Amino acid sequence: MHTPARTATAAALAAATAVALAACSTPADDEAPGVTDDTVTIGTHQPLTGPAAAGYSAISAATSAYFAYLNDNGGVHGRDIEYIVKDDGYDPSATQSAVRELVTEDEVLAIVNGLGTPTHSAVLDYLDEQEVPDLFVSSGSLTWNQPGVYPNTFAFNADYVTEGAALAQYAVEQRPDATICVLGQDDDYGEGILEGVETVVDGNAIAEIQTYSTANEDVTAQIGAMMAAGCEVNVLGTINGFTAMAVGTAAALDWAPQWYVSSSGGDYPTLVGYLGEDVAPALLQGMVSVNYLPFSPDDPWVALFRQINDDYNDGAPFTGNTVFGMSVGYLFAEALAAAGEDPTRASLVAAVESGELLGNGIVPLSYGPDDHAAYRSVGITVVDDGVQDYTGTVYSVDAGQVTTVEAEPVPLANDGIPQPPEE
Amino acid sequence: MRTLLRAALITLLAIAATFGLDPFRNYQLATAAGVFAAVAGLTVLIGLTGQLSLGHAVLMAAGGYGYAATATAVDAAAPDAGPAALLAGLAGAAAASGALGLLLGMAAARLRGPYLAGLTLALVIALPSAANVLPLGGEQGLSAPFLPVPEALSALIAVEQWHAWLAILISAAAVTPLVLLRAGRPGLRMRAVLGDETAAALAGVRPGPVKTAAFVASAVPAGLGGAVLAVATQQVTPGGYGLAFSLTLVVAAVIGGLGSIGGAAIGAVLVVALPWLVDTAVEAVPADLGQRLNGNLAVLLFGAVVIAATLARPDGAAGLLARLRRPTPAAPTPATPSTNTER
Repeated sequence: MHTPARTATAAALAAATAVALAACSTPADDEAPGVTDDTVTIGTHQPLTGPAAAGYSAISAATSAYFAYLNDNGGVHGRDIEYIVKDDGYDPSATQSAVRELVTEDEVLAIVNGLGTPTHSAVLDYLDEQEVPDLFVSSGSLTWNQPGVYPNTFAFNADYVTEGAALAQYAVEQRPDATICVLGQDDDYGEGILEGVETVVDGNAIAEIQTYSTANEDVTAQIGAMMAAGCEVNVLGTINGFTAMAVGTAAALDWAPQWYVSSSGGDYPTLVGYLGEDVAPALLQGMVSVNYLPFSPDDPWVALFRQINDDYNDGAPFTGNTVFGMSVGYLFAEALAAAGEDPTRASLVAAVESGELLGNGIVPLSYGPDDHAAYRSVGITVVDDGVQDYTGTVYSVDAGQVTTVEAEPVPLANDGIPQPPEE
Repeated sequence: MRTLLRAALITLLAIAATFGLDPFRNYQLATAAGVFAAVAGLTVLIGLTGQLSLGHAVLMAAGGYGYAATATAVDAAAPDAGPAALLAGLAGAAAASGALGLLLGMAAARLRGPYLAGLTLALVIALPSAANVLPLGGEQGLSAPFLPVPEALSALIAVEQWHAWLAILISAAAVTPLVLLRAGRPGLRMRAVLGDETAAALAGVRPGPVKTAAFVASAVPAGLGGAVLAVATQQVTPGGYGLAFSLTLVVAAVIGGLGSIGGAAIGAVLVVALPWLVDTAVEAVPADLGQRLNGNLAVLLFGAVVIAATLARPDGAAGLLARLRRPTPAAPTPATPSTNTER
């Protein structure tokens, strides 16, 4: 039992401690947390475990490998980049804890490439309220491009509406009379792809629209319905695992339609990992997808990234996710180089908004003061004989209009080490 | 009266303690406060009536969803209403979890031991599908309004600390009635039902209503705990209330000592802090080993600690506290509550 005297002593002690420590939790007003004389610390949340881990867990490993290569070559303004990767298992509540720990404990300069629409949505307001730069979000939701609401948030992926419109446009041009159907994830992702397809094809002309939930690992019902509807071109807004499941299920039903897949679920090497080396080339022959990052086997960026993957990533399987992760790393390094000798949170955001970053895409970046989307044009890729490569067709999507444009690949310079802008 | 004073004192001490913590610890403290409210409800339910619920995470989720939906609606109707959104949200949380608790409780009064555990377990497994079918925002969940630090305090405390204060106050309001309930006549009735249902019925205590009421009394604090988590994270998702989390609540109740509120507090802090400590320890081992253990070692170590704690102190942390208070076993220790009501 507490005696009154003991309780009083305890209360007095606690009060004294409270006063003494009052400074510990007061709001900090540091302009450049995470920046020391020789390091810059940034963080990310990634699905290293859980339903989205297969494929996507390779992204942060690739980004880390690029930073290791960069640090070995002098870093940026003489500072090494320290990249803290937190696992959130693709669970929004875990993202909440992970990002708070990065911001308050690890005191990162910025969150870079946080992955996933549901996961990153959960921390969007928090990052905005803390004024943490939220760069290159790894998702194609339109949410990230709201400069008026979220001034520090920037997208990295081409948005899903753009991808859906480009896929549909290519389908219409290649096979004008084909029956088009859509299979999408039951969230922003699938809805965005469908919206894009509908900008090109009249909504009533889409023969069948099916959705799936990641919680339910079976798409037999959906594929069966699409087969019954006589679909000839299937546009998929699916993550890699479900793309493989859709293709595999159709094959089991002896059905071979054309597959038009969003970039987030159309990475050939990853799909081979799901379907198996023996059957994948046959099942995926002719699969159409979109991309905006260097992916041709003879591209100098790809050659450099392969080298970095061998030297700094233990020669992990080289997939579209590897290119994606390293491209994110390169773009961040470029932004940091442009943010000045002594980068702050404000100068980093200003560097991205300046519109002078080039990135390494096959099409120009579209960042600007009023535009926080990264890529507004995408190139069409096709799988042929087990090789996924660009066809040369590039579409730009603007305000519901799809136009054909020329690819403008950014040339590789200085071995992929960004230089500070010339004074 | 004495209980209320003590509750007020503990609440004040906890709020004072937030000054000694950095923002992330305060966030963890807010999480622990939410878990504490749920574990307190669960420990009373298991310890006093012997009804084993494996589904308290769903009751927390019900509270969280109730809070998010109500608070968002009020916030949209009257953006500058101040604490109105919070209070309406809490009422929504209590109503949603209380209603679900009543439904479950009516079933619980007719089920025993493993059958009730099975029913509540099924509820946890059904939650993700329910979130997709009902208007609960699917896997993305519902978002709750962000509660900024009031003007007067904004120079003094960070937002995490403010949320920790709210969490402590809500948890105190949720748990104090439970303490009164446990010490008063209803607690006596629950113990009578746990001891022998037939004897209790002969003495005029009807087991059915007592068990149902106990379930509701346990569901409301759990729902308020869910509301606390929604205040701290501004988001309610089905992924946050999965099977693992639900079992963790039972673990917290067992580690703390079934039936003890103080034990529930210790258990809640442990289950919030341990996984984080283990994660930190994993980061200290070499990178390639760490990568291989990532996601596995934490679970493994956590399990080992739980087994060790249960072996060393079958009556939980509460038993340890009781022994520290009375070095000589003069007073007879209270009978360990059992979950076995079958005879």
